[in-house]
Amino acid sequence: MNASLPAAGTRLFLSGNDAVARAVWDAGCRVAAAYPGTPSTEILEQLSRYPDIYAEWSVNEKVSMEVAFGATLAGSRAFCAMKHVGMNVASDALMTITLTGCIGGLVIAIADDVGFSSSQNEQDSRYWGRFAHLPVLEPADAQEAYEMARTAFDISERFQTPVILRLTTRICHVKGLVTPRERETHTGAGFEKNTARWVMVPAHAKQRLPLQLEREAALRDFAGESALNVILEGNDKRVGFVASGPAAMHVREAFPDAPLFKLGLSCPAPLEPIRAFAAMVEKLVVVEETEPLLESEIKAAGIATHGKDVLPRMGELTPPVLREAVARLLGEKAPPAVRIPLRVFPRPPTMCVACPHLGVYFTLSQVRNLSISGDIGCYTLGAGQPWNALDTCISMGASIPMAIGLDKGRGEGDGNKRIVAVIGDSTFMHMGMQGLLDAVYNRANITVLLLDNRTVGMTGGQDNPGSGRDIHGDGAPRIDFAKLCEALGVNPERIRMVDPYELPTLFRAVREEVKAEEPSVIITNQPCVLIPEYKRSAALCVDEEKCTGCGNCVDVGCPAISVIRRGKEVKPSGREVELAWTRIESVACTGCNLCLRTCGAEAIVPWQRSNTEVPA
Amino acid sequence: MSEVTNILVVGIGGQGVMTAAEILAEAAIGLGLDVKKTEVAGMSQRGGVVSSHVRFGKRVLSPEIAPGEANVLVAFEAAEGMRWSNYLKPGGIAMVNTLRLAPPVVSLGLFDYPEDPVAEMRAAGVNVHGFDAGAIARELGDLRLVNTVMLGAIADHLPFPADTLKRCIVDRFRIRKPQLVEKNERAFEAGRQERVPGAVSVA
Repeated sequence: MNASLPAAGTRLFLSGNDAVARAVWDAGCRVAAAYPGTPSTEILEQLSRYPDIYAEWSVNEKVSMEVAFGATLAGSRAFCAMKHVGMNVASDALMTITLTGCIGGLVIAIADDVGFSSSQNEQDSRYWGRFAHLPVLEPADAQEAYEMARTAFDISERFQTPVILRLTTRICHVKGLVTPRERETHTGAGFEKNTARWVMVPAHAKQRLPLQLEREAALRDFAGESALNVILEGNDKRVGFVASGPAAMHVREAFPDAPLFKLGLSCPAPLEPIRAFAAMVEKLVVVEETEPLLESEIKAAGIATHGKDVLPRMGELTPPVLREAVARLLGEKAPPAVRIPLRVFPRPPTMCVACPHLGVYFTLSQVRNLSISGDIGCYTLGAGQPWNALDTCISMGASIPMAIGLDKGRGEGDGNKRIVAVIGDSTFMHMGMQGLLDAVYNRANITVLLLDNRTVGMTGGQDNPGSGRDIHGDGAPRIDFAKLCEALGVNPERIRMVDPYELPTLFRAVREEVKAEEPSVIITNQPCVLIPEYKRSAALCVDEEKCTGCGNCVDVGCPAISVIRRGKEVKPSGREVELAWTRIESVACTGCNLCLRTCGAEAIVPWQRSNTEVPA
Repeated sequence: MSEVTNILVVGIGGQGVMTAAEILAEAAIGLGLDVKKTEVAGMSQRGGVVSSHVRFGKRVLSPEIAPGEANVLVAFEAAEGMRWSNYLKPGGIAMVNTLRLAPPVVSLGLFDYPEDPVAEMRAAGVNVHGFDAGAIARELGDLRLVNTVMLGAIADHLPFPADTLKRCIVDRFRIRKPQLVEKNERAFEAGRQERVPGAVSVA
């Protein structure tokens, strides 16, 4: 037992992610893999700190699932975690893993971003349980996340099936009190050759299908009797609720006196117990985030129920949402709002002070006649103010293939528009490399900006094959992006390494490479400001006497720069221009010098920390 | 439900909202209460709006504070106090650091920063107290003390003694940075001088 680990039986204050990590370790899991993704990232981060378990950052979710699956063939318990969209990437593996089943327990945690805190869509991953015929567990808080993650391994081994642990943002990122149990240990028997089971050619796969259906029937019986599905009594029988996940907590909060059938093992749905429950209440309402999945299955079983006819199909089903919907259903007046919200400006996420991406987007915003195909990461923020220099964002790695499509499918209005793809280091390795290979092979005329900041920035700075460190922070082989691009077939003369803080050089590189009639790559090479590799320089400030109010520095988009005064000036030509005098939050400034390079008046100067100023 | 206390801590990514909420949660856990606390991760952290809902009581179900249900609103930035003020229940109190942090959209002239956020909250019927926590922290010699000053400022509005909260802060620093214990004690007491006039504990 590691001395720093709290003992079993201790009451701990853990997030759902931390609780899942602890449970996976306590379940004697031997192999855990993931690609970072909000809201699931911290599970593997935590697991990497436990002893006696192999943990890795995989290059993408499909790889993480296959690593975990391989380990179960050797009889070891294994785990992988991903955000909802990561499951799409891993789905090719999933749909056949369900046929073979597993030997050691395999638990797949999928975290849905209900409410769009940090994702490009809002998916309901419970569908995968139906699509792949797998059991789905839905914890409603951190303690349940702990218990269900452990139970998931037992179910997995008992039925030789992968088990989906469905989490949402309100499980992953809510802390609650969790009491862990004793740890168990498991050792696998080793891989046993079994061609008919592990080699899924058509003849073999056909044999597995009936077994999969048998397994599903057995799981449905199991769900019907499982203590994971529990009826919470209530005297107010006007409405009875069927709910799962955090929504079940919201229901109990909003309607403490109503009967609630709380589903922990929601797939296969325990339909007969639900039928009996429905008979006990006047009206049945299914509360599920986010799609009407249980609702459809319940209705298909001939049980009358309400659901999305009264509830929203998106977002969190919080107590106020529920109270209003149920009041409407019962023909009652919804409780009025206590206070009216006050109107305040929006505060969208911004790039960090001195972020190397600022130089990239300032440059792209200054080059005309570009279509800029974007990707997933901090640099997606380039679509916002003041740069407006990113035109698309769909899925991991889509920037390069979409650029190829924008080039090959040019319309009449496109003329000789230049096509640029912007992609980060981690996204490039996740799913972007194939796009570049495709661009080379099919002779697309595009320029790829590969923003190598040596980390997975958006999720908080996780390591990857480009950072030179593994999940434990120990040294690891570091990929050479220039060589990689060359190996993918890009003409070495069309691969450039540029410092994104050197604006004139970057500007020239972009101008020249977009003119090339073949695929080209510009790799920016400065680290994320949030990782140890970033080195601060002397802070800057604005010399108010010299500042002409030209406002060029504002266009960099650095959050340390703010406008203190505005004005107008009429040029000799008669044209009226807007002026904006600025100041630099010198305490926050790390001296990247980007703003200084945009200042024609030499008004941005080194900051002299005054004697009265106290170091922050 | 009525026995659950709801404290909403709000600000901007990087201001220490999560730490303040964590300390409040620790204090409640120390009293043997059930606690739930929401966190923010991912995109919103990047200079965006950050909030943490802290709920404690005998048994806490939903982790979220609904609009109109917060007993106490702690805002680390003035406009953020305004943004979340509709979460306060009637009789709830708002403690606002008058620091003004304009986001790039304001600098670019796309939106205006409100003239006097605290006054606007008061006009909307919010029982609010605004003060410059940064000035107090600077006077004590360290801008990072803002967090402790803000906790001190709400300490007398909580359903448990102010010393319970103070002990949590002190214990935290005793383990991690013992040289900062005394400074934080002073910051906490300085914060306690800032109370919402007329308001009492939410207990």
